[in-house]
Amino acid sequence: MQTTSDEVLISRIAGGDRLAMQVLYARHHVRVYRFVLRLVRNEATAEDLISEVFLDVWRQAGKFEGRSAASTWMLSIARFKALSTLRRRPEEELDDETAGQIEDHADDPETALAKKDKGSALRQCLTKLSADHREIIDLVYYHEKSVEEVAEIVGIPEATVKTRMFYARKKLSELLKEQGVDRGWP
Amino acid sequence: MNSKQEAPERQDIEELLPWHAAGTLSRRDAQRVEEALARDPELARRYALVREEFGETIHLNETLGAPSARALEKLFVAINAEPERRQVASLNLGSRISEFFSSLSPRTLAWSASAAAIAILLQAGLLADIMLKETKTSAYETASAPTTDPGVGAFTLIRFAPQASSDDVTKFLEANKLSIAAGPMAGGLYKVRVAVTGIPKGEFARIVKKLQEDKVVSFIAATE
Repeated sequence: MQTTSDEVLISRIAGGDRLAMQVLYARHHVRVYRFVLRLVRNEATAEDLISEVFLDVWRQAGKFEGRSAASTWMLSIARFKALSTLRRRPEEELDDETAGQIEDHADDPETALAKKDKGSALRQCLTKLSADHREIIDLVYYHEKSVEEVAEIVGIPEATVKTRMFYARKKLSELLKEQGVDRGWP
Repeated sequence: MNSKQEAPERQDIEELLPWHAAGTLSRRDAQRVEEALARDPELARRYALVREEFGETIHLNETLGAPSARALEKLFVAINAEPERRQVASLNLGSRISEFFSSLSPRTLAWSASAAAIAILLQAGLLADIMLKETKTSAYETASAPTTDPGVGAFTLIRFAPQASSDDVTKFLEANKLSIAAGPMAGGLYKVRVAVTGIPKGEFARIVKKLQEDKVVSFIAATE
């Protein structure tokens, strides 16, 4: 089946085509939402943010030059908006929320039982990583971004992308070890 | 090569493993990783760990759900509040060409090619006819060929359904006594003449509504 490329959709959006906007939204909104949600850890905030992200796409479409993939461009916008929101959010609210989330997982008897399962232990540890580490792991594994694309989204050199990913994985292994899962690495 | 010399290379390759698992390395780097994995069992074991992380990260993200319809509604409320903007041309020739071809399904493309071939044949016939007539008359004529006024009549803009074959489109045009006046234009639209003279508004709206119900039509709008 033939589909219109993201680049073509964006050039139509630049001309005010609302249908093209709907198509682009339908194609990307879930991934952008999940990326933002992992950063802000609040569903309502994440929903508000994706409306803002796509509104920026509507406004900035004429400036999109197609040098990077449209999804990379959108994730960059999403990241900027998520971090701005986090900066505006009161410190105590963030701490309570983060603590609450970790506590919820830890107190859940099902989760405790599932710790025996390496997969769920891994998923639980993924939620406990720092924002920087969560972000890079998601970008590489879930959003399938190359070293160059991650560097563009996060705004760091490519060498730093590789080392940050390495340390994120190392931290993940350490968290797993604390839960009794020794992977024999690092 | 001793182990001290191997260590930096292993570190270098190990850093690439997550991208290798995700399939986002260049062909050259992917080849380097493949070769290293084949000769280094410890690296291969670590790659298995990377693949576990890869799978579980996807699993975790997939459990995050999706935003409600509220996000889309909010977006379009904001877009509708934005100042109206004029249609602008695509960024460059490449985008325009890409835009044009992407608007056509393979069938429509094939149909367009057939229509173009027919148009060339018709033009050839018309020119031959003019030349034959010229031999029969010595009266003065302008340099342009005699035509009916292309701006006269009632027109619609139509985008044909992607699944419509050239036969479907031809039958649709014949059955409704329509002719294509221009196109394909941006967005795969064709300017189609509904009547050779102007027709009352109500009658025109009725015809457009009737045409809209045909499965061959994916979009139709009255135009000047």
